[in-house]
Amino acid sequence: MPSRILLPLVAMLALLASAIGMPASASPADDAFAKLASDQFAQIEQGIVDLSAIGTPEAATVLEALSETKLFYAPDKSLVIRKSESQLVSPSGALLREAPAGLKQVRINNRVRRALESALGSLTLISPDPAKRKAAAEAVFKARDPLALPLITQALSRESDAGVKDTMVRARAAIVLASSESANLDRINAIELLAEKGDQDVLALFSTVKATAPATVKQAIDTAINAIERRLALLSSVQNALYGLSLGSVLLLAAIGLAITFGVMGIINMAHGEMVMIGAYTTFMVQEVIRARYPALFDWSLLIALPLAFLTAGAVGLVLERSIIRFLYGRPLETLLATWGVSLMLQQAVRSMFGPTNREVGAPAFMSGSVDLFGLTITSGRLWIIVFSLVVFVVLSLVLRATSFGLKMRAVTQNRRMAAAMGIRTPWIDSLTFALGSGIAGIAGVALSQIDNVSPNLGQGYIIDSFMVVVFGGVGNLWGTLVAALTLGVANKFLEPLAGAVLGKIVVLVFIILFIQKRPRGLFALKGRAVEA
Amino acid sequence: MKPMKTLFAAALAGGLAISSFAAQAQNTIKVGVLHSLSGTMAISETTLKDVMLMLIEEQNKKGGVLGKKLEAVVVDPASNWPLFAEKARELLTKDKVAATFGCWTSVSRKSVLPVFEELNGVLFYPVQYEGEESSKNIFYTGAAPNQQAIPAVDYLMENEKVQRWVLAGTDYVYPRTTNKILEAYLKAKGVKSEDIMINYTPFGHSDWQTIVSDVKKFGSTGKKTAVVSTINGDANVPFYKELGNQGIKATDIPVVAFSVGEEELAGIDTKPLVGHLAAWNYFQSVENADNKAFIEKWKTYTKNPKRVTNDPMEAHVIGFNMWVKAVEKAGTTDPSAVIDALVGVSVPNLTGGYSTMMPNHHITKPVLIGEIKADGQFSIVSQTAGLVVGDEWSDFLEGSKDLISDWRAPMSCGNFNVKTGKCGGAGK
Repeated sequence: MPSRILLPLVAMLALLASAIGMPASASPADDAFAKLASDQFAQIEQGIVDLSAIGTPEAATVLEALSETKLFYAPDKSLVIRKSESQLVSPSGALLREAPAGLKQVRINNRVRRALESALGSLTLISPDPAKRKAAAEAVFKARDPLALPLITQALSRESDAGVKDTMVRARAAIVLASSESANLDRINAIELLAEKGDQDVLALFSTVKATAPATVKQAIDTAINAIERRLALLSSVQNALYGLSLGSVLLLAAIGLAITFGVMGIINMAHGEMVMIGAYTTFMVQEVIRARYPALFDWSLLIALPLAFLTAGAVGLVLERSIIRFLYGRPLETLLATWGVSLMLQQAVRSMFGPTNREVGAPAFMSGSVDLFGLTITSGRLWIIVFSLVVFVVLSLVLRATSFGLKMRAVTQNRRMAAAMGIRTPWIDSLTFALGSGIAGIAGVALSQIDNVSPNLGQGYIIDSFMVVVFGGVGNLWGTLVAALTLGVANKFLEPLAGAVLGKIVVLVFIILFIQKRPRGLFALKGRAVEA
Repeated sequence: MKPMKTLFAAALAGGLAISSFAAQAQNTIKVGVLHSLSGTMAISETTLKDVMLMLIEEQNKKGGVLGKKLEAVVVDPASNWPLFAEKARELLTKDKVAATFGCWTSVSRKSVLPVFEELNGVLFYPVQYEGEESSKNIFYTGAAPNQQAIPAVDYLMENEKVQRWVLAGTDYVYPRTTNKILEAYLKAKGVKSEDIMINYTPFGHSDWQTIVSDVKKFGSTGKKTAVVSTINGDANVPFYKELGNQGIKATDIPVVAFSVGEEELAGIDTKPLVGHLAAWNYFQSVENADNKAFIEKWKTYTKNPKRVTNDPMEAHVIGFNMWVKAVEKAGTTDPSAVIDALVGVSVPNLTGGYSTMMPNHHITKPVLIGEIKADGQFSIVSQTAGLVVGDEWSDFLEGSKDLISDWRAPMSCGNFNVKTGKCGGAGK
């Protein structure tokens, strides 16, 4: 790809070379290639810098191969690019019949990688792919190499994509600002331009430049830094609130199934976390099958996993209720011990089936990466989880409010005997309610597989938090669970920067204990006969 | 599972024919394996149990030790610290094992330490730890801070020119002590306190948004910043995921981890992590014949071509070979004789050199720095020129820098204070 783009550039360079009367074959590129054929990182780095200055298509091909870790060298220091398993080519593109003996990979480390990024940055500024151009502009922004200034000015003049153009303008400004050769006025203009959308990266740039800048520039930088810092401080509380919302939605997801089994039915289900884990493992299984058989469906894997996780966890819940819990109704202590035993058994069962190590659950494309909102970074996966948890909440409320099953469920929990007298088969409703709660936990597992380890211990991490949310919100009330989850999430995230993650958690726990002393029934207490039942 | 089954079958067969069992018992040497097979630590420890069984099987094929077969006694302390002590007592009194290989995390080691000292057992501890301990009965085959943490920091200073440091860890004894040592070391190197940020999180922490964004903020002052991570086990996956998602690349803010190895990476998509670092004394990607053979054996033994090897596994290999050699040298499995014989024993490690047991019951190892590759393996970017001797009492902590440990007669002391010239110079 880059070879095509670079053609004009090359033609120019070739012309230049012939004009000087230099034979094209005795190129300095060979020296640079020889430098790459080394196991010394410093030398490889030098080779990259030389190659990016040379800028021939050969150089670009080699650099690109290096960044994809496809570059090898033979003992005689000639470079070989491994295009595919069986296809080896030389930098000029000639196909090699057989692999030279003793082929070694050109290794890269972070220093080399940085040099590569900036070299490729200036080489791919005119790529036809806007995403590549944007990445290139970002690399130029980071490298701030004065040599890239004419390149980026040229690229800017023909750029049509607004987003890429914006990044390029900033990259150009960064070069102008960083270079001590630019006029002071230009530098101050650059500062103003950069300060407009000042984020952490710009702040870093400003602080670096400040040290060596002349007085007038320094002054402009100081003003800009102040303005940015003020804005960032303001943003940070918004950011905390958003992070809190995100944590809250995770808590909500983990707890909402428990709000049914514990909240509505009054069963202390210690195996709740394991239902979440089963959901996560279902996701893993679904992805395994998709990876092996239908790779095209990968982006849909989570959607496919949702109903399956619901059914699997629900079925386990149903079996659990029918075989153990129904014999223990009205004996909370024994239920607690029995379900705790079940949770250990489920954990160990999963451990012997899938092994004790973490399983990899991939993220579909739309859930990876992050969204930038006015300098706030929010992970897309987390954003989706917020949305998803609210959807689950709404659907569940609707099921409870507007379906016949929900009506029966509420009838049974409010007055079991009366419900039985009305012809409702209460044992069945009990089983189905428990299965519903477990199924919801399974759905939560699908979402949590995106942000946490999929290991047999997955559920343990959530069980305490889930109980906390349900108790705090008020037993038997879905709205209480929602409010409690979000409150705890936001409180946690505002405390974390102040007190640290460990102390923050303790403070929240102490607060809940005190709160329960004052209001034993939680935020939203149920009133009426259900309380006595 | 298979070795467990054979073990079970062996036990059963022995139980059926009691007389033959008694005769057999005299002809075997029992070796204890004290690793959690259930609970939170099973994720790391199950592998080590398998390695021990493999090593013992292999040794038996070679004819055992002192003409006797080895017999593994596997117990499961279930990630429960007090249970570690109970199981250790059981191994030493009931099974009368000649040596024990086990424990993971300092808490479990501290829990069994008094038992091994009281009953004069031999324990090989294979995991990196914070130092500040020396026991006559424990042999530390994992890295001390100077064999892992300090070389890693040196690497970042020299090669990445890092000036600002985030020390992030899980809230327990290993990260706390290691970070204390690192903080003292960095300050001795002229790093100012405002350039050091220390952060602790609870076990299994999964919501890293705030901390990662703090790190990003901390790293945006224009000075090169790095994260030194002593984050333990499970919390690592969400941490790295968050780093990747918030776009922190290794070329901007590299993270060097002391608890992330091949096994931990097996559960993550490593593409966003490429370039982040880990410091160990062994990587699976080390190229030499010994390591190649070991990896091959391991894959055959576990019947899984995708299984990876890691640093604590190598520590067990070294520890086991040292013990075998010491027993042969002493001509007996008597703990006191073996403890004396172990000092000075030298065996090949898997990185192409020899590791030696020092008088302080720590071993010599090379220190390797690796960068994570896209396939979940490490590309080794730096290796110490020679071997590093494990230093149990850190030279950078007040109260511990004057202490040395030498378990050879006549000193035979784990905390000799060179200033006062007395044994029992107390750590604090």
